[in-house]
Amino acid sequence: MKVLVAVKRVVDYNVKVRVKADNSGVDLANVKMSMNPFCEIAVEEAVRLKEKGVASEIVVVAIGPTAAQEQLRTALALGADRAILVEAADELNSLAVAKALKAVVDKEQPQLVILGKQAIDSDNNQTGQMLAALTGYAQGTFASKVEVAGDKVNVTREIDGGLQTVALSLPAIVTTDLRLNEPRYASLPNIMKAKKKPLETVTPDALGVSLASTNKTLKVEAPAARSAGIKVKSVAELVEKLKNEAKVI
Amino acid sequence: MTILVVAEHENGAVAPATLNTVAAAAKIGGDIHVLVAGQNVGGVAESAAKIAGVAKVLVADNAAYAHALPENVAPLLVELAKGYSHVLAPATTNGKNILPRVAALLDVDQISEIISVESADTFKRPIYAGNAIATVQSSAAVKVITVRTTGFDAVAAEGGSAAVEAVAAAHDAGKSAFVGEELAKSDRPELTAAKIVVSGGRGMGNGDNFKHLYALADKLGAAVGASRAAVDAGFVPNDMQVGQTGKIVAPQLYIAVGISGAIQHLAGMKDSKVIVAINKDEEAPIFQVADYGLVADLFEAVPELEKLV
Repeated sequence: MKVLVAVKRVVDYNVKVRVKADNSGVDLANVKMSMNPFCEIAVEEAVRLKEKGVASEIVVVAIGPTAAQEQLRTALALGADRAILVEAADELNSLAVAKALKAVVDKEQPQLVILGKQAIDSDNNQTGQMLAALTGYAQGTFASKVEVAGDKVNVTREIDGGLQTVALSLPAIVTTDLRLNEPRYASLPNIMKAKKKPLETVTPDALGVSLASTNKTLKVEAPAARSAGIKVKSVAELVEKLKNEAKVI
Repeated sequence: MTILVVAEHENGAVAPATLNTVAAAAKIGGDIHVLVAGQNVGGVAESAAKIAGVAKVLVADNAAYAHALPENVAPLLVELAKGYSHVLAPATTNGKNILPRVAALLDVDQISEIISVESADTFKRPIYAGNAIATVQSSAAVKVITVRTTGFDAVAAEGGSAAVEAVAAAHDAGKSAFVGEELAKSDRPELTAAKIVVSGGRGMGNGDNFKHLYALADKLGAAVGASRAAVDAGFVPNDMQVGQTGKIVAPQLYIAVGISGAIQHLAGMKDSKVIVAINKDEEAPIFQVADYGLVADLFEAVPELEKLV
């Protein structure tokens, strides 16, 4: 079966971001960008499904700026077969991304679509669920285990109290949680080979997708800073402070 | 304006997260209706009717809504949403699973994990693992929102007397089925609702050593959490993880033991009122957010702390 994986180019997870002085957003000039960590897990899961003989082709898709080609090449180096970039300049909201992905799903007809559970920049946790709604497919979110069995996929999900397993009819949408797998690194020969793999670029217009949104960001501020704390010398002093100064125990 | 709040419930009782979500709805203003969807949820509906400030409780009691499968619950919400200005759910795994599906079906963008209400259409929410706060305005006819429960003080669970009304609609998409679940058992307070949280990280060394934290937690009436490193190393189950990808907590007191304080962990706990860090590495980033820091070997400090509190 064909597996479609969505990946997003985001600020690297180790970067401590700074809010711009004019409160228009976060300063991303000259900041290291990477593939969103949850998307790496999605790519890895697709590659493992292919290695098990379950998946026959892996198509990886990104919606974003031209530079998102780098993340698509990374996915190709990790084992995806071909890539699609839906080129869009602006920072998009989840519904617009889900609509663009829906158009790609209509064209590619995958049996399984794997996304990360959330992007570490917007922290929305919406796109997979929205894509499931638009396609009418079942959704297995926050997956920590995925098993394809015939025309169904069993997904074990990380829920607040523990784990839940659901059986979904294929085609279906799965979003990855951290513990689904440990993503591999791309090897140098595979990075070289990935440069020759097909990467198609399309525009949202060509897909007939509107990127309009009902949400508007008015401003972005730095969070309130915590006042500096103190170092205590002993456990006894700590207990004394917690009891008499902070009054929390 | 009328606001629909999707109730979170478990084991036949309203979950505390619902009370925080009703508080957010009260800040928006207008009549508040609560939807209880599930199977055999009559008791939940009765207790939901007692929540302070709730005008009406809608009950959708149907086998299709058991286990909150989004394929079935989302169409129910879409059907009901048309009569409301806002649809709110707590940002629990259920809320996060279902609401974006509802928003897309209504063709509107969702606002995730709001921490404050600025006006009926403007909300604040953290982005970039809590390192920036965005103010977002929604022009949607129905505003679909998940609420970060630690951002709002819970309303009283008693004192209201709302009318209870049954909803007949039964949506069964037939695309998904519940197979089973494995819930972690704990006698300690629920992590996201606890007043005190004691968390352990990689520095705990192994799962057995968490017994020191359990002993301290029991003495304090605290919940026990963990960093991702401790979960990935198999010390404790993943539902104990505090952070950007785990649970968000904001207790009165957060005690971080053997946790370095990575950005992703801080995202889950830096709104705690008082933070204590116990770490033998005095350069650990956790000390930058800690109100009280103790540079010490946790295997000596934690048992001593347990004795003294």
